[in-house]
Amino acid sequence: MSNVRARVRLPRSARAGDVVQVRTLINHPMETGNRRDADGNVVPRRIINRFTCEYDGEVVLDCDLGISVAANPFMEFDVKVDKSADFVFTWHDDDGSVYTETQSFEVS
Amino acid sequence: MLTRRSTLALGLGAAAVTLIPLKASAGLSEVDKAIADFTGGASFTDEGVTVIAPEIAENGENVPVEVDAPGAVAIMLLAPGNPTPRVIDARFGPASGATRLSSRVRLGETQEVTAFAKMSDGSFKRGKTEVRVTIGGCGG
Repeated sequence: MSNVRARVRLPRSARAGDVVQVRTLINHPMETGNRRDADGNVVPRRIINRFTCEYDGEVVLDCDLGISVAANPFMEFDVKVDKSADFVFTWHDDDGSVYTETQSFEVS
Repeated sequence: MLTRRSTLALGLGAAAVTLIPLKASAGLSEVDKAIADFTGGASFTDEGVTVIAPEIAENGENVPVEVDAPGAVAIMLLAPGNPTPRVIDARFGPASGATRLSSRVRLGETQEVTAFAKMSDGSFKRGKTEVRVTIGGCGG
């Protein structure tokens, strides 16, 4: 869906071996499937069910998310960066979409 | 009009209805199932996992929760008071700096937000903290 926007925040710089804080946010309603609209019809479940982060091709974090995750899923975690490489983030939607964000990161 | 066949069907239906609640109460709760699934039935200790969340959440729709589990390879976050208690299952790769995950969750009612951690040596640990919820976040 085009209205889904992923945002990633990384520190501006780091040295090799540093542990950096990564913050991600994606615009998403995280419909639980338990909610009814104004006409009393059940709003079908549609959530981000999986989130992953890779650094330099290696999995850093792989999460399965349930319907108890708040709307606009936010994730903050730490990554040890040994060399300059790409961060690749993916968000998997119930509707089959996969949103990907890639950011290159420089270490000195 | 009640025929013999329809009476029989009614009886079967009633039997089925009475069986369902029995079956549900005899089985494990969603929380127990999630714990068994994560730990494989192994025992756990109540140390080494910290769950950080506000003591009082005015709005259960969006409650910040942080799980800190040094040395863990996987974390399961549970909201035992929610209809669907399993919130997040996280697996950490070798490049994860510290085994820490911070997110925002929905809490339907006041409850003990609980995290289980699988350590690199295969043991399991648990941590929890109570969050008092003023307005639940699972409203329909």
